[in-house]
Amino acid sequence: MTDSILLRVTNIDKSYAGVHALKGASFELRGGEVHALIGENGAGKSTLIKIITGAVEADDGEIQLNGNTITHNSPRLAKELGIVAIYQQPALFPDLSVAENIAVGLEKSSLYRRVDWRERRHRASELLARVGAKIDPEADAGDLTMPQQQLVEIARALGANAKILIFDEPTASLSEEDTQNLFRVIRELRAQGVGMIYISHRLEELPAIADRVTVLRDGRTIDTHMMSEVSREQLIHLMVGRELSAVFPKKSVALGEVILELRQLGCSVSGVHDVNLSVRAGEIVGVAGLVGGGRTELARTIFGLTPADQGEILVRGKPVKIESAAQAIKCGIAYAPEDRRRHGVILDLAISANITLASLDKFSRLGALDFRREKEIAADYARRLSIKTPAIFAPVATLSGGNQQKVALSRWLVTKPSVLILDEPTQGIDVGAKSEIHALMTELAGQGVAIIMISSELPEILGMSDRVAVMYGGTIVATLDRAEATQQQILALALGHNVNEIQPL
Amino acid sequence: MKFSRYKRELAAALAYAVLLASVGVIAPSFFIGANLRDLALNNAPVLLVAIGMTIVILVGQIDISVGSQFAVAGVIAGWLAKSGVPIPMLLPCLIMIGAAMGAVNGVLVGWLRLPSIIVTLAMLVAWRDALRWITGGEWVQNLPTNFQWFGLGQSLGQWLIVIASLVVLVVFSWTLRNLAGGRALYAVGSDAEAARLAGIEPPRITFSVFVLMGALVGLAALLNAVRFSTVPSNAGLGLELKAVAAVVVGGTAITGGRGTLFGTLIGAALLGTIGTALTFVGINPFWEKAIQGAIILAALASDFVLGRLEGMRISDRGLRVNAQ
Repeated sequence: MTDSILLRVTNIDKSYAGVHALKGASFELRGGEVHALIGENGAGKSTLIKIITGAVEADDGEIQLNGNTITHNSPRLAKELGIVAIYQQPALFPDLSVAENIAVGLEKSSLYRRVDWRERRHRASELLARVGAKIDPEADAGDLTMPQQQLVEIARALGANAKILIFDEPTASLSEEDTQNLFRVIRELRAQGVGMIYISHRLEELPAIADRVTVLRDGRTIDTHMMSEVSREQLIHLMVGRELSAVFPKKSVALGEVILELRQLGCSVSGVHDVNLSVRAGEIVGVAGLVGGGRTELARTIFGLTPADQGEILVRGKPVKIESAAQAIKCGIAYAPEDRRRHGVILDLAISANITLASLDKFSRLGALDFRREKEIAADYARRLSIKTPAIFAPVATLSGGNQQKVALSRWLVTKPSVLILDEPTQGIDVGAKSEIHALMTELAGQGVAIIMISSELPEILGMSDRVAVMYGGTIVATLDRAEATQQQILALALGHNVNEIQPL
Repeated sequence: MKFSRYKRELAAALAYAVLLASVGVIAPSFFIGANLRDLALNNAPVLLVAIGMTIVILVGQIDISVGSQFAVAGVIAGWLAKSGVPIPMLLPCLIMIGAAMGAVNGVLVGWLRLPSIIVTLAMLVAWRDALRWITGGEWVQNLPTNFQWFGLGQSLGQWLIVIASLVVLVVFSWTLRNLAGGRALYAVGSDAEAARLAGIEPPRITFSVFVLMGALVGLAALLNAVRFSTVPSNAGLGLELKAVAAVVVGGTAITGGRGTLFGTLIGAALLGTIGTALTFVGINPFWEKAIQGAIILAALASDFVLGRLEGMRISDRGLRVNAQ
């Protein structure tokens, strides 16, 4: 490690439409250093990386490269300065050859420039040799394995004279052998003086590769340590170490019969396997886990979007076959998806039409839609959920994110579900709407609805759930009672550790 | 009723009103009954096909095989009549035959998820060439005398055709607005994945829409064939373009999810009237196609301008497309 500071970001602040993603985060990277960046989902890692690579602009704060302040960062400028990010999913052009992929962005672009194919191949071979990859430059990038594609990306970054390489979960889908090979390449680059930011949820691999580690939490930099001086338990503690700040309107209700039961449920397409879970009337089961843990995949399997091919689903004790959303709805299951702007509501349709869309048969009389009843019901839900809109017939596109989410929820409440699956119900909406949705969940549980709530916010999970199911690697690894669940425990389980390994601090 | 929701349709209606008004000033003789009746009669089959095309485009698909289906259905109508099928029975027969041809598209596009533009292009070529091969290019002649105008005579038959077309328009219009299926159709066209998450089955909707499209083509082919004493084996050339143009000029979004049959009626009327109107005001009718092209471009341009005014929604759609 050299002592020269390559990159220094100080007091970065960034808000997206109401979400304060970064609150004065700072970070520094030296030449020839591998600096790990860790934190929970939503801690601000991605936002910080986007600011460093120029994908988004910081609201406040300073970025310095080799001591020079960068005023207007942009993807183009970052690239010229030698900052390159390598993501979990390689972004190569599958139909172009490896040599062409490496050439893209390296060669000056002019439509009429004649291509020097020999030079292209030569450069590709040379760069691939530098990362120690035995890959044919003539091969189609799409035919390479994922780890090979990653190496091609690294080779391209070297060709662009990258001074700073950012790895975002590079080993998430690599085998042990490929991981070791990647680490070898990273060590060689380190010896050549390249500075590397290394983001990973796999805390156990950090001691093998990282020199220093910085922990982000809630958009703030918590601490930076030498990797050799900090234990995994300490890191987990730093990642969560906060008290429940928000007040959740959780009430305990008398639990009824088991409404939904999953037995050894699995879906080979989406990687969900051996899931066992039961949810009772009036119960809220929080599903925690990291991105890629299989939470949304599980919800989609229960709802019939990627139908199960192993195990069974029981509703009120009866085995049911769910192969489409329509069948799931018939079984009394409702699912409000994660990305409501994409699929939770239909932006072109009126608010009223969105609210009744999943229960159109209830609004038909002699085959024809009963507009009066539709309007009444829609207006009723708009009032109960305080959806702020000038007109019930306005397209949903005219509403704010929080209000769109309330429309998405209303649609499912109209179906009078006995099982309600909420996927990140309060993600990206403002605090007011958030507590309204929490209050609504409490009310529904009181009415005997069985609720499954997927959330990346541990305080929300702990604050709202009767039980917490933690997912890792496509299955539920543990189910914790409200009384015994702690943030440390959940996070450790979500990171794939056995709870017993974690010693209380 | 909120006018802002129908501004695309109203823009087309305004353009049509301006056209009629200027023709009325320059050549009032345009408005004599016989001329209007001929116009309606000539455009009734196009209107029927355009109704089907509207619902196909509303679900975000397209059907360019309608012209070939139209020719096939017409010739079959002639054959059936010659083989002694009672004339009133032709109506259900042709609707079924059209629906069957539509079902082929429906299976390929709806259930096998092939792109509709390619599937229907293939069917356009396939039906047309199959027909040429089987008929050897010959027209169907020596039809029973009661084939023409259903044996009702020209004056009654003419009105029957026009009124039947308008009844179909009203029925489909009502259906789109008032039946759950109509609502589902708009939902699938706006966002098929979101519709699926709401428990709608997009493949089923898409299949049904192509079947209805075919049924309407069968009906249109029959109503067109009975106007003449022979059935040509090369009917319906360019019909798909006329239908798509009427739908687009009528304000239906080519990307699906937005539009009404009222708009399509105006679009069909506007494009169908231009040629005759030009003759009446003394402009060389060779300009007809150029002006039709200009109207289609104007409709798209106004769509763009209206979209810009709604700013937000364009960016929403953009986000959605990129995210996929």
